[in-house]
Amino acid sequence: MWLFDRDLWSEVFSTLTKNMLRTVLTTLGVIFAIIILILLLGSATGMINGFDRIFAGKASNSLFVWGQETSMPYKGFERGRPVEYEMDDITMLSKRVEEVDVISPRIELGGFQQAVVVKREGRTSGSRVFGDFSTIDLVNKKKIVEGRFINLNDVNNGKKVCVIGLETYELLFDKGISAIGKDISINNIYFTVIGVYEKSGDFDFDGENSVIIPFTTFQRSFNSGERVGWMAILIKPEYPVAQAEAKIKELLKVKYDIHPDDNRAIGSFDFSQIFTAISAFTMVLQGFAFFVGIFTMLAGVIAVSNILLITVKERTKEIGVRRALGATPKVIKRQIILESIVLTVVAGAVGFIIAVGFLYILNVQTASNTDVPFVNPTVSMTQILVSFTLMTLLSILIGLIPARRAVRIKPIEALRED
Amino acid sequence: MIEIKNLHKSYKMGSNSLHVLKGINFSVEEGELVAIMGSSGSGKSTLLNILGMLDELDEGSYTLDGVPIKNLNETKAAQYRNKFLGFIFQSFNLINYKTAAENVALPLYYQKVGRKERHEKALKYLERVGLKEWATHLPSELSGGQKQRVAIARAMAAEPKVLLADEPTGALDSKTSYEVMDLIQKINDAGNTILIVTHEPDIADMCKRIVHLKDGVIVEDKKIEQVRASQYV
Ligand SMILES: Nc1ncnc2c1ncn2[C@@H]1O[C@H](COP(=O)(O)OP(=O)(O)O)[C@@H](O)[C@H]1O
Ligand SMILES: [Mg+2]
Repeated sequence: MWLFDRDLWSEVFSTLTKNMLRTVLTTLGVIFAIIILILLLGSATGMINGFDRIFAGKASNSLFVWGQETSMPYKGFERGRPVEYEMDDITMLSKRVEEVDVISPRIELGGFQQAVVVKREGRTSGSRVFGDFSTIDLVNKKKIVEGRFINLNDVNNGKKVCVIGLETYELLFDKGISAIGKDISINNIYFTVIGVYEKSGDFDFDGENSVIIPFTTFQRSFNSGERVGWMAILIKPEYPVAQAEAKIKELLKVKYDIHPDDNRAIGSFDFSQIFTAISAFTMVLQGFAFFVGIFTMLAGVIAVSNILLITVKERTKEIGVRRALGATPKVIKRQIILESIVLTVVAGAVGFIIAVGFLYILNVQTASNTDVPFVNPTVSMTQILVSFTLMTLLSILIGLIPARRAVRIKPIEALRED
Repeated sequence: MIEIKNLHKSYKMGSNSLHVLKGINFSVEEGELVAIMGSSGSGKSTLLNILGMLDELDEGSYTLDGVPIKNLNETKAAQYRNKFLGFIFQSFNLINYKTAAENVALPLYYQKVGRKERHEKALKYLERVGLKEWATHLPSELSGGQKQRVAIARAMAAEPKVLLADEPTGALDSKTSYEVMDLIQKINDAGNTILIVTHEPDIADMCKRIVHLKDGVIVEDKKIEQVRASQYV
């Protein structure tokens, strides 16, 4: 295999090191190109990671539905009628909308002049209080810092337990004291803390000053009956969320005598849209990185090819001598192409090291700043392999130009005395 | 060793063509030392280039060591050159970033001779031209005569059948020229076949046979009494 021919390599290195300054200058374009490429790819990853941090714990195929007020009169009802859901709706929707995987109904304490007071040993926290099924965790996962989240058993048995947010904990408890097993009161009814949670992403409806109790416990304790505040719905991944959303709204409109064209009566939020937008954005970002990277790389490799073309011209005589001494066209070609590859790959490696250094600095600089969606900018092994493979292929392809020029040199013309 | 019959060669220059060689018949036996003489532009180099497979003939035949030389592609020509021929040029044509030994070893590299053997052979031939101590020197550190001796060592390194030299002393002063001719005579004494293109009569007289070219034909071909160069050095 000629790639392992030590003499060929030493031929290549002796020609490349012969004019070191030029060799270095030649490679600048490629170094620059790989720096651009790696920085762009790394930044794209950084942004993806940043968005991941914001939306951590959220199921991408989820939908939230709540009631608002009707905006059109219909079937004898005036406009402005509040829409409120019931537990029946959950069963109905689960049964009739095949796209639905899980519906987790939720209810919040408060509204309608009803005060919410969360207290412990004289301290109040001003927390919001939710009644939830344990399935809410499938849609919006909480990061538990202590204890556990409510489970099916809690719900089925209507246990008087609660999970509190980190902020609630800090407001009600002294530092260093475990909340687990302690009681807190919500509107004078006592609940035992079984867990403390933390937001899993920056983007969280509930915040960290909330108390979550089992739905059934909520019904019993606060007389909410069959009322449902809003529904967190997980859609089967094979279906588009928008399609399920339309079906659900249609069924709810029929059930609650809402005008089919009334778009304000039912509030909803399709979470998948955010994820679709983000993944489209990051894909465009990565595509852009590769696009720009490849073109700067092309420019860099063409610069290498140009310089090699010049050196070939300068070495016309030398190549002629080599041909006269018995070098076949193949041997000459091989040498020029290997020069192209070596220049490009070495330059690529240098650029890569510089770029990784930059990314490291960027990472350190942005690590402390949680406002920008930019976390851990890295390049994957695949990206590196693809980049280097592409670069090598380009260098071979472009190296063919000076190589062909070199082969066309006729020894007789090269050797003519003048 | 060399057999040429009715060789014609012309160069096309735009619409008209220049008929340089007009029917050359010529043969060389093994061990000969032939001078090809003639005024400038008489076609000496053209003939030598055809003999060296650097150029192609238009008409006629050329046989080298029993092998008919015709319609060679570049690769084959390169291989034949490497195997059959050693070149010595007027301007030496050493590769300037390679040491003397590396220059001498180059034809062996193209013969795919191993590294160690190449180096040993290069040293052996440098020794024969009296430059063993200069093995690690670059051409820029050598005098003109030394450069040509390195070039001669390089031409001999692959042990070719024939050495072809185009004005080997053209760039050298007369004293150095005689030293080089002395070396060439010694190599010839050892049995090597050598063809030298020259327009200098004193150099031609140091060969064993003189072929005179004029207007593309051989006008004279005579064996002579060789003048030994050693008496001048
Ligand atoms: N490649 C070429 N194209 C056109 N004319 C050439 C070429 N090579 C040589 N000639 C012409 O052929 C003639 C013989 O050249 P050459 O063999 O170099 O002569 P010499 O070596 O005897 O001085 C000259 O007139 C020269 O100009
Ligand atoms: Mg000439």
